[in-house]
Amino acid sequence: MSDVDLRVGKPWKKPPLVQRTWLRWVLVIGVIAYLVAAYMTIEVNWSRVYEGLERGKKFVLAFTDPDFSSRSTDIWAGMIESIIMTVTSSVVGIAISIPIALGAARNIAPLPVYLVCRSIIAISRALQEIIVAILLVAIFGFGPLAGFLTLSFATIGFLSKLLAEDIESMDRSQAEAIKASGAKWLQWINYGVQPQVMPRLIGLSIYRVDINFRESAILGLVGAGGIGATLNTAFDRYEYDTAAAILLIIILIVMALEYISGIVRERVQ
Amino acid sequence: MPVQDLKGRQVWQRRSGRESLAHWVMWLIGVAVFAYCWQQISASTTWFFVWDAPRIANDIWTRATPPRWEYITQLGKPIWDTLNIATLGTLFALILAVPVAFLAARNTTPSVYLVRPVALLIIVSTRSINSLIWALLLIAIIGPGVFAGVIAIAIRSIGFCAKLLYEAIEEIDDTQVEAITATGASRWQVMAYGIVPQIMPAFAGIAVFRWDINVRESTVLGLVGAGGIGLQLSSSLNVLAWPQVSLILLVILAAVVISEWVSAKVRGAII
Repeated sequence: MSDVDLRVGKPWKKPPLVQRTWLRWVLVIGVIAYLVAAYMTIEVNWSRVYEGLERGKKFVLAFTDPDFSSRSTDIWAGMIESIIMTVTSSVVGIAISIPIALGAARNIAPLPVYLVCRSIIAISRALQEIIVAILLVAIFGFGPLAGFLTLSFATIGFLSKLLAEDIESMDRSQAEAIKASGAKWLQWINYGVQPQVMPRLIGLSIYRVDINFRESAILGLVGAGGIGATLNTAFDRYEYDTAAAILLIIILIVMALEYISGIVRERVQ
Repeated sequence: MPVQDLKGRQVWQRRSGRESLAHWVMWLIGVAVFAYCWQQISASTTWFFVWDAPRIANDIWTRATPPRWEYITQLGKPIWDTLNIATLGTLFALILAVPVAFLAARNTTPSVYLVRPVALLIIVSTRSINSLIWALLLIAIIGPGVFAGVIAIAIRSIGFCAKLLYEAIEEIDDTQVEAITATGASRWQVMAYGIVPQIMPAFAGIAVFRWDINVRESTVLGLVGAGGIGLQLSSSLNVLAWPQVSLILLVILAAVVISEWVSAKVRGAII
């Protein structure tokens, strides 16, 4: 009752986001202190930024008049290489990640297998594509092979983790019914588990193809093949119209992939 | 149900004849495409280097271990820079993403045919270009440094944050909005009291999630000159100082794991 008594006759006030008062103040002061410290340590060369605005304007204007033709052979070759890397790495990555996902699902795999597969996933997820690419370029030499291996490795971490989570949350009774009919292990996986996770697997695979293409665009920066090298050269030479053309192509392909994946996921689910 | 007649015995089949033929053709095309692509990769690979790879990998490993631990004293500032790039970048991205999200959501956009496509275009184009490419571009425009990294991360994150946020806005409960409207609230008041409280948990979750991703991305931005620990990584790589490289990689790994842990904890506390 006292709560009501306290509130009657007073104008309503929006309740604060963080309920505890001391915590709220600690958060506010901490954030302000951090922002001040961050601002103090970042050196911004404002005159340089101001000079750059002119170039920035030029770049933005380049988007209205992208130059597809003068470097068309380089762009074409780079794009094809990016697409080839995307296709092969997606196929190989998905093929490897399915058994690893089965191993990383606690309701299917025994504990030792589970731990091994989970650690493979953890390693693959913790290392970023570009760092893996640097190491693989150092080991395998320049070219799309390093990019292909990088993307396959990254696909394993992404796909196995999400697929394993889906397998772990599947309906047990269906799998049990298949087992009760006397199915062998492979048949059990094929008829009891696979149909349940197939929609998710297809959706994730297509999403990963999309990601792989986007990543393949930057691997060229470290010499792992793809359109990135062409893009880097275009920036280095201040050829903004060519860079704009490449970026437009990347955006278009990503949009198309996203559109296709939307349709496929809708049909599958 | 497709059933095959095997010498008078009815045997259940998973697919009918036509279906299995279609599947077979699909697989054939897939395998052909893959074989072609693989051939292309193999054609542009120097196989001699690949056969030599185990030796090289072993060589790098012996050079890189043990890491040069005393080098860590020089990594304090780069780590701080990396953290700043991630945090300030996320902050700017959120500030920019909120209006874009409101313009993109079907139920709050001022015009479905005029404004919404523009907002969606901003979301798609910022999202589909990697932060490293944004950093390259910004370095060409405003010069190398931490500031370029912050802006690169900010631009890259707009699309991601705005997309998740506008999906959250589209899923809000309309009755609450209606109730606020019925009290005679203005458009802005409806937003502040009807919509914002509903998307606040999603917003906080997105912010922390993106911050985690941004820590990960900002560790490598230095490779193209945009500040942070990646700068140290690239200079160490350039002089082939492998013991330093291995230490930096360990530090990056630690940063990624810690940020993931923090983000998981905070999200757990919010939701």
